Amino acid sequence: MTSVRGTVVMATERCKGCDLCIPACPPRVLEMSSETNTLGFHFPILHDGCTGCAACADVCPDFVFEVWRYG
Amino acid sequence: MSTRTLMQGSEAIADAAIAVGCRFFAGYPMLPFTELLEHMSRKLPAAGGVCINADTEIEAVNMALGAAATGARAATGSCGQGIALMQEAIAEAALNELPLVVFNMARGQQDYFQATRGGGWGDYRTITFAPKDVPEAVEHTQRLFHLADLHRAPVMMLGDYVIAHTHVGVSPAALDLGPVPPKEWALDGSMGGTGRARQIWTWDRGKPNTPGVGPDQHWKDVAAKFAAIEPTEARWEERLVEDAEVVVVSWGTTATVVDYVVDELRADGVPVGSFRPVTLWPFPGEALADATRGARRILVYELNAGQMIDDVRIHAEDRSAIRFIGGVSQDQTGMRQGDLLDAGVLRARVLEAVKEG
Amino acid sequence: MTEMRLMAPAIPKLLQSPDHELCPGCGHPVAWRQVLEVVDELGIADRTVIVVGHGCYTQMMIRSDLDSLQCLHGRGPAVATGVKRMLPDAVVITLSGDGDMVSEGLAEVLHTAARGERITSLLFNNGVFGDTGGHMTASTVVGQRTKTSLAGRDVEEHGYPIDVSRLVADVDGSAYVARGAVNTAGMAARTKRMVRRALELQMARAGFTFVEVLTMCPTGWFVPTAGGPEYLEESMIATYGIGEHKTPPD
Repeated sequence: MTSVRGTVVMATERCKGCDLCIPACPPRVLEMSSETNTLGFHFPILHDGCTGCAACADVCPDFVFEVWRYG
Repeated sequence: MSTRTLMQGSEAIADAAIAVGCRFFAGYPMLPFTELLEHMSRKLPAAGGVCINADTEIEAVNMALGAAATGARAATGSCGQGIALMQEAIAEAALNELPLVVFNMARGQQDYFQATRGGGWGDYRTITFAPKDVPEAVEHTQRLFHLADLHRAPVMMLGDYVIAHTHVGVSPAALDLGPVPPKEWALDGSMGGTGRARQIWTWDRGKPNTPGVGPDQHWKDVAAKFAAIEPTEARWEERLVEDAEVVVVSWGTTATVVDYVVDELRADGVPVGSFRPVTLWPFPGEALADATRGARRILVYELNAGQMIDDVRIHAEDRSAIRFIGGVSQDQTGMRQGDLLDAGVLRARVLEAVKEG
Repeated sequence: MTEMRLMAPAIPKLLQSPDHELCPGCGHPVAWRQVLEVVDELGIADRTVIVVGHGCYTQMMIRSDLDSLQCLHGRGPAVATGVKRMLPDAVVITLSGDGDMVSEGLAEVLHTAARGERITSLLFNNGVFGDTGGHMTASTVVGQRTKTSLAGRDVEEHGYPIDVSRLVADVDGSAYVARGAVNTAGMAARTKRMVRRALELQMARAGFTFVEVLTMCPTGWFVPTAGGPEYLEESMIATYGIGEHKTPPD
């Protein structure tokens, strides 16, 4: 069981599907969804194992990620 | 009796600018503007201001824009050939409503179109004063800083070599020009982080929390502003026009030769008068029409191929009365007026027009 | 009850709105986020004036909660000179793209650096005129396809790109010159430290400070959106390098 040290709240409606967060996430817990938002873009979904490092927020051009850490 | 100090026109202008609060000046040396930059360089720091010898005219005027954006009284200048490089920035100041005073110490009179029509982009006009001598230039300097702040616009003095270099006894009297609106639009950083940060932008779309009207409405508003200025800021001088059969129209220092010749001819009983726009824009068209209505001949005397004459044609009621008696005329240095600026030459041309039945 | 700590808000405090119109994968907002965070962390938002040129990054200016002045294309450092001379205690930052600074405004940045003006100039360099649709600038790297170098920039026909950081570092009035990038989170963090150092040195009146940030423009580069970061590394970082090119003596 991967320890969950953090989480993200994502404003998926403004995601433009650039995919930059996917390889930027060190534990690789982001994956682009098969669904699309109202802009027509795929957006990220979060799997277990987020460390709350905020790398996704640092690379996202569209200010999608709000990043939290537990404890 | 007030004390008068003998000083070069450029120095008198510099003193007047500093006296009304100019605290930023930038320029690039170019004759006959150079002395104004020299005097500012020497005197402005002691008055708590900044004078920069910029590396290009484009940088000079853009530095002045930056200073103006903070609310400071800022100025720049050159001669017409250098003002040519500043056209974009002058238009920018008109469209983003920054007060800026521009001194064109010109090489002759071939810059009328440049000053009054402007070479920048957009629907803007430039309030332009053309002093006839150093005392007027001192008065105009004070008015220009006031008008720039009052109307939030770039304004220009169209001076010249004669004004820049002639030593005259000057007693700068401070004009009471009234208040100017507070510069609430000026940038100093203080609104950053408040949610209502300021922005100066020719498109005026504003920021999300403080939306602007957008480029279409903003540019309409700016054009309307200049249309509202036009009937209120025109200045002119007319002499002996009431019974004049011939009226000579001229501007700038050229008008002093016209004054001399008109007085000479009047002493000989020749019914001649003169009209001089003091502001080239707004051009005092109504006053010109009134002053020339009774004249048989309207003689335009300017040292170029015919520039102000276009405005005379627009406003004079009887266009068939207009004759051009000027012409391009530079001396061999290319810096100043040539042989056409001569009382004898002018007198002969006026008499020729008088003789035409 | 588990405690939770906010590590990063979605929208930086100094950004009034995240709803910009920039392309997917654009590097400019990534870079600007770092800048806004530094300004906020340094506590200088209420004495900062930004002077912004013309390019896609204008979209960041018009959404930022900082006193802003748009200048003419390329003229930012000159305009900022006038601002800073009148407001010596303000923090004055110019923002340009490579088209604005390396093409149009090369004289301005070099003269301003030479005068040692105490401003910070930021260059968001994506090696292309993005705002006009993807055209060659003085920064476009050899081999880069643009609409005005369709077969790729060729030195015989188009000449060589200009490394403006090198020129600025060469001028005695510049106190700090650094180049970062935003193709990875690590690079973005490194860039943020460069911006912080530049602003601190401005406030210490050390001289002209300059941070160039290599940003992605997949649209202008004709590469897929997700390929921007890798392409940036292979083309621009390979040409220009990353690092602090000039630092003040200790």
